[in-house]
Amino acid sequence: MLTTDRVGGSALVLFALGVLWESRKLPLGSLHNPGPAYMPVVLAVALVVSGVILVLRGGGSEPVGTVGWAEWRHAVAILAVCAFAALALDRLGYRITVAVALAFLLGVVEHRRFLFTTVFALGMAIGTFYLFDTLLRTPLPRGPFGL
Amino acid sequence: MLETLQNLSLGFSVALSPPILFYAFVGCVVGTLVGVLPGVGPLAGISLLLPVTFGLDATRAIVMLSGIYYGAMYGGSTTSILMRIPGETASVMTCIDGYAMARKGRAGAALAIAAVGSYVAGTVSVVGLMLLAPPLASFALRFGPPEYFALLLLGLLVLAYMSGGSMLKGLAMSALGLLLGMIGIDQMTGYFRFAYGVVELGDGIGVVPVAVGLFGISEILTTAGQKTPPMVIKPKLRELLPSRQEWRESGMPIARGTVLGFFIGIIPGSAHVISTFVSYAMERRLSKTPEEFGRGAVAGVAGPESANNAATSGAFVPMLALGVPSGPIPAVLLAAMMVHGVAPGPLLIKNQPELFWGFIASMYVGNVVLLILNLPLVGLFVNLLRVPYPILYPTIVIFCVLGVYAVNSSVVDVWIMLVMGALGYLLRKLGFETAPIVLGVVLAPMIEMSLRQSLAMSDGNYGIFFIRPIAAALLAVGLALVLLGVWPLISKTLDWRARLALAEKGE
Repeated sequence: MLTTDRVGGSALVLFALGVLWESRKLPLGSLHNPGPAYMPVVLAVALVVSGVILVLRGGGSEPVGTVGWAEWRHAVAILAVCAFAALALDRLGYRITVAVALAFLLGVVEHRRFLFTTVFALGMAIGTFYLFDTLLRTPLPRGPFGL
Repeated sequence: MLETLQNLSLGFSVALSPPILFYAFVGCVVGTLVGVLPGVGPLAGISLLLPVTFGLDATRAIVMLSGIYYGAMYGGSTTSILMRIPGETASVMTCIDGYAMARKGRAGAALAIAAVGSYVAGTVSVVGLMLLAPPLASFALRFGPPEYFALLLLGLLVLAYMSGGSMLKGLAMSALGLLLGMIGIDQMTGYFRFAYGVVELGDGIGVVPVAVGLFGISEILTTAGQKTPPMVIKPKLRELLPSRQEWRESGMPIARGTVLGFFIGIIPGSAHVISTFVSYAMERRLSKTPEEFGRGAVAGVAGPESANNAATSGAFVPMLALGVPSGPIPAVLLAAMMVHGVAPGPLLIKNQPELFWGFIASMYVGNVVLLILNLPLVGLFVNLLRVPYPILYPTIVIFCVLGVYAVNSSVVDVWIMLVMGALGYLLRKLGFETAPIVLGVVLAPMIEMSLRQSLAMSDGNYGIFFIRPIAAALLAVGLALVLLGVWPLISKTLDWRARLALAEKGE
């Protein structure tokens, strides 16, 4: 049966195998004089062993089907907003990025009213920029036209 | 003793200066706010304000950041009592009897007992920190690379053992964290490892984006889709005074919770959560009316709340004395100290006494500030919870992005936060603990360096770890823990970790 431990264990094994494959590009050194690949290889092997034990002994854990995923749409939307922020911060500047990100989450994901969404998104973007950049001197990126 | 008092008076001369008082106050207010808000724990709060402290000197920065830490521990109880939602994980146990008291109309009394218990525990445990950290630091001056390697390895094993649920999963998460910590330039040879041409990864992946992603973002991903908003019980100010009977019932649980929490706090692991669980179980066992637990027992609030605040001070002991963080929050604080050019460890107390003792004294001051903040102003903080979650969580996401970006002005950190957020979300769904990952990321460079230095010292002979008594003793304790972790698998019984996991799931 597909259980949480088995899925988790299999994912760990795959990840560890990926690390082992990538580690071949680095000198391994020896047991007595470890090279840069030594620790990653030891840890990846430990991860493979843990993953295999989890797969073998994980039959009694929760079945994957019973894990609730009701919030997945929100989760994807939030991750998309984080990705947008990572792409846009240096290009569009802090204020535009934050205003767009908040407008998307409030207006599109949460269906808040247009006026509220606009005022809140702009207020937060300008307000937090003023607080952190101007008052607290934490440099935040500026976009086109110094915005 | 006289020396300690002299040092403490030096500390108070630093802590009572207006700028330090101001930053302690700001830290406590922000800490209470992040503790009250579900989804923003002390980690996200500290990460958010870390860049703001860059312009400050080290003492002010550390005083403010640690104010956030213990402020969040105070604030976390408010949501537990009034909404049955733990503001941060350490308040899970307070939900049970705190909320039951609130439903009986004793919300004010529960809040007052939690605040007074937190105050007593916070203040008393600072005495423990003050007395324990300096001798431990002097002892640690004898540590060489083999001892540090054994200590760090023990730290990870203890964390894996102490985390609720399976030790194997805890160890796997530690290994995953250590692997992530391998990214970047190898300090011994200068090789780039797993950086794939991304220059920003040369210094490794930062603990702040990892911590905010795994804790802050993943919490929001899990909770943002909630359909029904939780109900808030608002206490009246005049109800804040507990009755004489309630005071009597809370005295001993506060005392026991303080001692227990402090010592559990020193041990690496999810110390706050464990200390509250142990305290709750102990109070129920010692109670003459155990059937009251779950229905509004005063001891069920007083004990765990005191324990989680005492654990906060306990967690500072290994961080300040040894330079070894005992959990994700001390790990971020340690990173913050390093940003400010302070190297925590055995030499800190000797070389920078004004920082160490100023910090200790500021914790006394901070606890008074928090008591004042938490009792009369509780109504004000509760109003925050009236902000609908669909408006609150987008704001929290923006603060997470802002905090992570501002540390290095790097969008690479935002990407790391995103990946860690998604990873944390999936791991939570699959029942894996994420705290060992954060600690692994921080400890990876130290553990690898100390291993390779030890081998260089001994010409590649692993016997160096067994012929040096301190290293051998630490490794023996680590081995004992592994055996203890394996025992339930052989005996097929539920140990305390399995019971903790069940309790957390139940609540």
